Amino acid sequence: MSEELLEKLADNVVQGRVEQEDEGFDDGYEGQPAVTELVEEALGKGIDPNDILIKGLTASMTTVGEKFEKGEYLIPDMLAAAEAVGAGMDILTPHLLKAGVKSKGKFIIATVAGDLHDIGKNIVAIMLKGAGYEVIDLGVDVPTARIVESVKENEAPFLGLSALLTTTMRNMEEVITQLKAEGLRDKIKICIGGAPTSQEFSDKIAADGHCSDAFAALDWVKAHAV
Amino acid sequence: MSDFRKGNIVKPYERLDQEQIDRIHEASMAILEEPGIWCYNKQAADLFVKNGATSVLEDKGGSPCWRVRLPRELIESAIAKAPSKVVMGARDPNNRLELDAEVPRVYFGSGSETNIWLDTEMTDFVAVDDPGDRRKMPKYTEKRGSAALLARAAHLCEQLEHLDFFVRPVNIQDEGINEGNHDVNKFFASLNNITKHVQAGLTTLDALDDVVKMAEIIAGGPEALRENPVLSFIACIFKSPLQLVDDTAEKVFAIVEQGLPLVISSSPQGGSSAPIQEAGIVAQINAEILTGVALTQLIKPGAPVLYGSVPVRARLDDLHDLYGCPEFNQYNIDCVQMARSYKLPCYSSSGVGNAKVPGMQATFEKLFSHLYMAASGAQYIHYAFGLLDRTNTFCPLQAVLDNEQVGLAKHCMRAPLISASESDEAVEIIRKVMTTNHKLFTRHTRKPCRAGLVSEPYHFESKTGEDQVLERALAHMADLEARPVKHLSGEMVERIFKEIPGLLPELKQTN
Repeated sequence: MSEELLEKLADNVVQGRVEQEDEGFDDGYEGQPAVTELVEEALGKGIDPNDILIKGLTASMTTVGEKFEKGEYLIPDMLAAAEAVGAGMDILTPHLLKAGVKSKGKFIIATVAGDLHDIGKNIVAIMLKGAGYEVIDLGVDVPTARIVESVKENEAPFLGLSALLTTTMRNMEEVITQLKAEGLRDKIKICIGGAPTSQEFSDKIAADGHCSDAFAALDWVKAHAV
Repeated sequence: MSDFRKGNIVKPYERLDQEQIDRIHEASMAILEEPGIWCYNKQAADLFVKNGATSVLEDKGGSPCWRVRLPRELIESAIAKAPSKVVMGARDPNNRLELDAEVPRVYFGSGSETNIWLDTEMTDFVAVDDPGDRRKMPKYTEKRGSAALLARAAHLCEQLEHLDFFVRPVNIQDEGINEGNHDVNKFFASLNNITKHVQAGLTTLDALDDVVKMAEIIAGGPEALRENPVLSFIACIFKSPLQLVDDTAEKVFAIVEQGLPLVISSSPQGGSSAPIQEAGIVAQINAEILTGVALTQLIKPGAPVLYGSVPVRARLDDLHDLYGCPEFNQYNIDCVQMARSYKLPCYSSSGVGNAKVPGMQATFEKLFSHLYMAASGAQYIHYAFGLLDRTNTFCPLQAVLDNEQVGLAKHCMRAPLISASESDEAVEIIRKVMTTNHKLFTRHTRKPCRAGLVSEPYHFESKTGEDQVLERALAHMADLEARPVKHLSGEMVERIFKEIPGLLPELKQTN
């Protein structure tokens, strides 16, 4: 019974459905319980939150990735699936904490000061959340001091900085300088992203890597996981 | 019977206001009254005279020519008898076309009769000053058109999803082809390899009966053919300016009597055989086409006929046709509007390149007219696939590239989807997305994507951003050509070869 429910949950992740009213990739799903309703149902039936996480939510993202590789899925399908996992995680997290299950790690993400662009940053946030990371999204136009404060407060192992403007990308360097000054630089891995940035720029400002898109960000975080 | 091909109903882009349409009509009527037309066909001259025209034999020592002055009543009452709806049949009834002068449903097809077939292969080239620098470049080979190549073109065009009808694009010049068997072979090579509508001009009147008999066998009998005319004809009855050609007029009489659809086309060249000014060339071509259409209705009222307008502009450095220029679009859109005002389905043109090979120039020239003519709402747009070097070359690779262009042009012209329910749904989505942290609409693109409402990126782009368009299109063409050919049944082919003389044995192919 619980296996059947978890399979259904996994299928709804593949279909990219957050709520009952959502359509799926295939026809005929609208009106059926989706990820949020199914996670609630699974918890109500006493299924182990860790099983819900692994069998119901994160494992099916592998299937989604394969479909994307084959060209069967496009970015909206990937994002829909990741968003569905994220929505499930929001419900599940308190139960996981209670059960002593740790997340894959905290990932602080922000668009640096002076810059209001956030499409890329948001896509990265959705994908990371869908992959099981605890994403702390500080938003846009975030002052350096606030980013440093958040790193200190959350003891996060990862920081992602985003900028779209050539005039604001230099603020990434300021964040890194400030983290150094506070003695925090060695405790965190920093990746940067955004249209004007590059690996060359990342090297120049002494970040730990440049991610050209959300997939690169996922690969980067996996490669730098402790 | 099954459905018609869908086509695209567009909101027509119109250049002319009603006053300008009326003015062109008046100018055409004035031209037909004075100077009138130079009619080289006695039967046509007599028929015009019988219906109120005046005629004077002009004896200049050459072919007999009647100077016919046509009163507006004759023209206006005759064209009012022409049907506003014409069905172009097809071997596969789902491929039939419904041309309705009052509905701007656009179909695109191939054309016209080129002598050269242009093959393409990608070859490795090495830089002279750097042997390590190897690049793939296209190498082109010209071939004389042949029946086998026409059959190949028909099969390829069957596979091009945005091509709605097939005007034979290659002239067959095989050794075994002569004037007597040219028509049966060109129609058979086409019809045995494509299930869409087939259209061509008639080389010789003597072949008409055999061509019609072949079509009757394919359609399932004489009545079935008239109900589902799997083929139709083009008659360029006027040699511009204003000269009605003898043998084409004879063909018009015979085709109309056969009850099969006919395009009355005219193709004056602004700057040589017509004035270059819009007001002049459009009035003249309109006068020529209306006279041809009137003739069909005097022969047989209600005969299915298309207003075939192919006005072009002369380039002033060598007086060849100039395509992909603003005047081409202007002339042609005006003609579409004139046809619409007479409630006649319009045969128009787009997508011809002056360029001799595929590439940037051809792409520019073709897109320029594809988009405009799609917007015009002409029902039947020929010339749209594979034509290069004006209309002298058919390049199958170019036809594959044009298919992509026409598909995107069709998508551009789709009617807006802004109903009350669509608006409500959009507001709902915006409200929903604005409650999220990410504020991204991406997941909501999935439903319209599945419904085919979202266009795809250019099919031949490379992931690296390098220009590999020709290489990729060539690979796609190879895939399309490898698909099974949709031949006629073996029994039907046997019967056609038994009853129709002059067919080339190598065309006898069945599945």
